[in-house]
Amino acid sequence: MISIQSVSHQYTSGHQLQFADWQVNNGEQWLLLGQSGSGKTTLLHILTGLLTPTHGKVKIGDTDLYSLSSKKLDAFRGQQIGIVFQKPHLIKSLNITENLLLAQSFAGLPNNKKRVEEVLDSLNMLPKKNAYPQELSQGQLQRVTIARAVINKPTLLIADEPTSSLDDKNAEAVLALLKEQSTLNQATLVVATHDKRVKDAFTLTYTLS
Amino acid sequence: MSPFQISWKNIWSKPLNAALNILLIAFGTGILTVLLLASTQIEDKLAKNSKDIDLVVGAKGSPLQLILSSIYYIDFPTGNIPMNEAKKLMRNPFVKRAVPLALGDNYNGVRIVGTDSNYISLYGLKLQNGNFWKADLEATIGANVAKEQNLKVGDTFFGGHGLTEMKDEHKDHAYKVVGILEPQQNVTDNLILTAIGSVWKMHEEEVFPHADDTELIKSHKNGTPYHGEKTEADHSHDEDREFTSLLIQYRSPMAVAMFPQMVNQTTNMQAASPAQESTRLFSLIGVGVDTLQWFAVLIMLIAAISVFVNLYNSLKERSYDLAIMRTLGASKGKLFSLIILEGLILTLIGTIIGIALGHGILQLISNYQESSQAKMNGLIFIKEEFYLLAAGLAIGIVAAVIPAVQAYRSNISKILAKN
Repeated sequence: MISIQSVSHQYTSGHQLQFADWQVNNGEQWLLLGQSGSGKTTLLHILTGLLTPTHGKVKIGDTDLYSLSSKKLDAFRGQQIGIVFQKPHLIKSLNITENLLLAQSFAGLPNNKKRVEEVLDSLNMLPKKNAYPQELSQGQLQRVTIARAVINKPTLLIADEPTSSLDDKNAEAVLALLKEQSTLNQATLVVATHDKRVKDAFTLTYTLS
Repeated sequence: MSPFQISWKNIWSKPLNAALNILLIAFGTGILTVLLLASTQIEDKLAKNSKDIDLVVGAKGSPLQLILSSIYYIDFPTGNIPMNEAKKLMRNPFVKRAVPLALGDNYNGVRIVGTDSNYISLYGLKLQNGNFWKADLEATIGANVAKEQNLKVGDTFFGGHGLTEMKDEHKDHAYKVVGILEPQQNVTDNLILTAIGSVWKMHEEEVFPHADDTELIKSHKNGTPYHGEKTEADHSHDEDREFTSLLIQYRSPMAVAMFPQMVNQTTNMQAASPAQESTRLFSLIGVGVDTLQWFAVLIMLIAAISVFVNLYNSLKERSYDLAIMRTLGASKGKLFSLIILEGLILTLIGTIIGIALGHGILQLISNYQESSQAKMNGLIFIKEEFYLLAAGLAIGIVAAVIPAVQAYRSNISKILAKN
């Protein structure tokens, strides 16, 4: 599913990060561990095609990510990769349903309201489908961002510190949702975190030094 | 979600900003529309009404006033000219056609024009109903007059003294409507045409038709001896007859150089060229029009800056939104077009409202316009308005292009990592 080979990235400041080769198989659930500043976000951006590494090769499925043109890469990301960020961020001017339809449109897929409702329902957010982002709590917003990440049935679901701003109960719930949704949508899951509470939920771990 | 929906929703997520931008653009476009429509219509009217008239001869005074009163029926006449002198000019070899006018009366604000049959050929008048005037006190009325004053062939009415109000009616003599003109799209739509003799008859006690003249009216009312004496004079004599002015068509272009000079130097009358005076009038109005035009352009410029600032500022707040859109699969080009679209939507709405506003204002002005001759119409659309629309769209694009380029260039990895 994911394969990175001799990937390294040099920041404009000159600081260089070297990433160990990594092989992830279809449907696996991985934990990406590392202290803050160890390059978790950088690696996630490289994996999702947001940041071109200075060296090395990144393959998602059979696709060599950085051989794609910028436009194709954007489309590929929209269709194949779902991303959940640390802070749940939705477009404020659109309601929940529209935010999800937006994800379908930008990925170049036809709008499918049934799929939107199905996903919202699986996350118990269906009653809020016409609400605007500012009407929702942090925990509810996080659910919607998970819904947005899986709406296009991506092959890869990536979460960047999804629990760091949540209390124990919510952290546990979000983690369970991510695992559940990745199983439900047959997506490979990678969760990047420095949150020790998350550790026990995963058996496969890639650690950044 | 189409790009239009996304841009539209984003614009209205800040209704006050959007409204301000739209208001500025609508205001600027509105002023430009009014100016454009008004100057086009006035120019058109001026040209249509003076089409075949080369020269106007009347009493000495302001040449512009003479033109305004005798061709556009707006201002008061400069006075009267003796018929004998006028007849001499009418026989001049330079003159192809000369139409005498006798003004001074009105019916409910509609000017009554005493003239002869040359007037018909000069303006190419056609009848919708009935006949042209022949005998004294027969009147042929313009299409608008028939409609607005509710007059039909066979109706009778009394003329009033003066040019604007019905005071001092001539109760002794009633006009009879004998014909109604087809709409001519010029000044004759709003006139009552009759024989010169009718106008003379109305003023028999004063002998001559006169233009204005509160003084005369006063003296008339008071029965001043001056008029009394004049009345006693034999008014059937030609020497006492007067015209208000003469409309003249030249026989040859040569006349342009010779004839007016001759009139001005050898007679007690003045000659005024409609073309020259219209140009002069327009250059006088032109200063005001120019000033307003620059004012409107300035407002448009401010509107463009306001749209720019609005988009630019919101871009800062939205950089994270835009980065998220990229992670959802939107390409750089898509973000670029989203921002441009927002600029376009704002200015397009503003321009359309502005053009509608301009037409509305002009229509409102025309409702309050007293002079039916210079009446403007807010419901006429002209193709130059498309230029306004195009200018509005261009402003939208120009104002949005810098923010759009920034959105295109933004480094999403950096923006996402920061938050």
